[in-house]
Amino acid sequence: MSVTSVEYVLFLFVTVISYYLLPHKYQWILLTVASVSFYILTCFRCIPYILITSMSAYLAGLLIGGEAAVPVGGKSRGKRGYKKAIMITVLILNFGILFVLKYIDAALLGADRIFHLTNSGYEIPQYDVLLPVGISFYTFQTMGYIIDVYRNKADAEKNYFKLLLFVSFFPQLIQGPISRHDELAEQLYEGHEARWKNISSGMLRVVWGYFKKLVIADTLAIVSKSIIEYPESFGGGYVTFLIVVYTAQLYNDFSGGMDIAIGTGEMLGIEMRENFNRPFASTSVKEYWKRWHITLGAWFQNYVFYPLSICLPMQKLSKKIRSKFGRSFARRIPVYIATLFTWLLTGMWHGAGANFAVWGLLNATVMLISMELDPLYSRFAQFAPRVHSSYAYTLFCRVRTFFLIGAIRLLDCYRNVGETFSRIFSIFTDAEGWRRFVRGGFLRLGMKSSEYFLILLCLALVLFVSSYRERAGSPLRYKITERPRTFFLCVGALFVAIVIFGNYGLGFEGSNFIYNQF
Amino acid sequence: MDKLVQILKEIRPGIDFENQSGLVDNDFLNSLDIVALITEINDEFDVIIPPEEITPENFNSAKAIYELINRLQK
Repeated sequence: MSVTSVEYVLFLFVTVISYYLLPHKYQWILLTVASVSFYILTCFRCIPYILITSMSAYLAGLLIGGEAAVPVGGKSRGKRGYKKAIMITVLILNFGILFVLKYIDAALLGADRIFHLTNSGYEIPQYDVLLPVGISFYTFQTMGYIIDVYRNKADAEKNYFKLLLFVSFFPQLIQGPISRHDELAEQLYEGHEARWKNISSGMLRVVWGYFKKLVIADTLAIVSKSIIEYPESFGGGYVTFLIVVYTAQLYNDFSGGMDIAIGTGEMLGIEMRENFNRPFASTSVKEYWKRWHITLGAWFQNYVFYPLSICLPMQKLSKKIRSKFGRSFARRIPVYIATLFTWLLTGMWHGAGANFAVWGLLNATVMLISMELDPLYSRFAQFAPRVHSSYAYTLFCRVRTFFLIGAIRLLDCYRNVGETFSRIFSIFTDAEGWRRFVRGGFLRLGMKSSEYFLILLCLALVLFVSSYRERAGSPLRYKITERPRTFFLCVGALFVAIVIFGNYGLGFEGSNFIYNQF
Repeated sequence: MDKLVQILKEIRPGIDFENQSGLVDNDFLNSLDIVALITEINDEFDVIIPPEEITPENFNSAKAIYELINRLQK
């Protein structure tokens, strides 16, 4: 079942109503039933995988967290060693499954492209059809739970079905957000009263998500696809345009999906973590990754970057280097290694393939360079404070960040490292491409000028809504839902916009979220 | 506490650690600093700061860091 289908809307409707009809004690059971049903309806053959993950996590949790908290070191080291072994086994099992599936999938895709194994002439779509739905998300979320149990940050869940709910909670299954056990679990199991504020505000958010996804993202996708499909014909200005268009498309697609997920949770009285926080206001790549796909970055920082950078072997290495090469070099090594490794993994999380690994490493490299330039920036702030704090400079930083990230992101569009670099290079060398583009080439990519105008209006609306929270202190939808009439007006207007302008026909599946492939 | 402030000043000179808060939230300390800080603290105070304690709450002020160290020493 696609989240942008009529079936999902019906499913949501039935789930929310049944939820609030039940006494608080049993509400979590309904959520579990709903989540499992959702999974069955979305991908029946994928069920064994999510069962393996939830069961292995359940057993491991009991074995690791069963007894009282074990203090670090001392005579309890033996017990802790045994718990560590269990944790590592479960991690290897689940990450192993994820890794193997991703790479087989990519290999099959590659093989098909080379040997055309499917004779029908139908090319396997770009999006991985063979990966179990949401496996990248639920695996990470569940492994986070196990690590938290080991670290005594979470209690082992004694009820298998409650853990199953945490693993498979349907709003976040497809594309996150990746939640932490201590944030989500209690909310899932406790009962919630039906409140107008939650239901209306959640519903508005869901409809808003549909709007972003179906009207904005799916329309822009037409243009992106045209440019990506024929890289040689579309160089120069087209590539720059692709950076802008694809960024807008991806943002609306992904954050729209988040709105649907978080809005669904809100309708059920469950608060989920935000995955986006005005990412284009970022003035540096480092800041960007704290504002885009926030929960993934937090996961990697919490479970990979910090443990790796301060682990004992790393500290020993650092000491060894200090004696030979001095303190400043020694301090950098753990951070460099940990950053590059963490981002390599982040790239690999997005997909199997050289382009993803390069994507991760490039992001890491830019951030490390930026870190090294820190003292220079400080000096700049010292000597030219008026310029440094001026809006012009902030704008410059934002645009710079936007294009840096966008250019690196082209690796995701062209899916080929060489091709991507050649396209980026063409921005500076393909005068012919620029000429064609500027002379109306952008009007021959699948969108008319009226459609461009409409999208611009929609983007302005998105900007208005997302910046409202910062300016007014609370989200716009809270204000809207205060007055029922305004609420119905907004929902109605969005609904009409979706029906008229959305790339979607009622009863149609609608294209899948870009991030569904992960 | 003085020893801690000394370590902090060595890592990032020019910040008034006795009074400044929001060290992590407001980017006074970057990840390079945090890692260096933890290495020094582990050495000086004979503790092992585990990764799960690397949170803004624990590192936003010298006082918070000191409380963390005290907790780990027990």
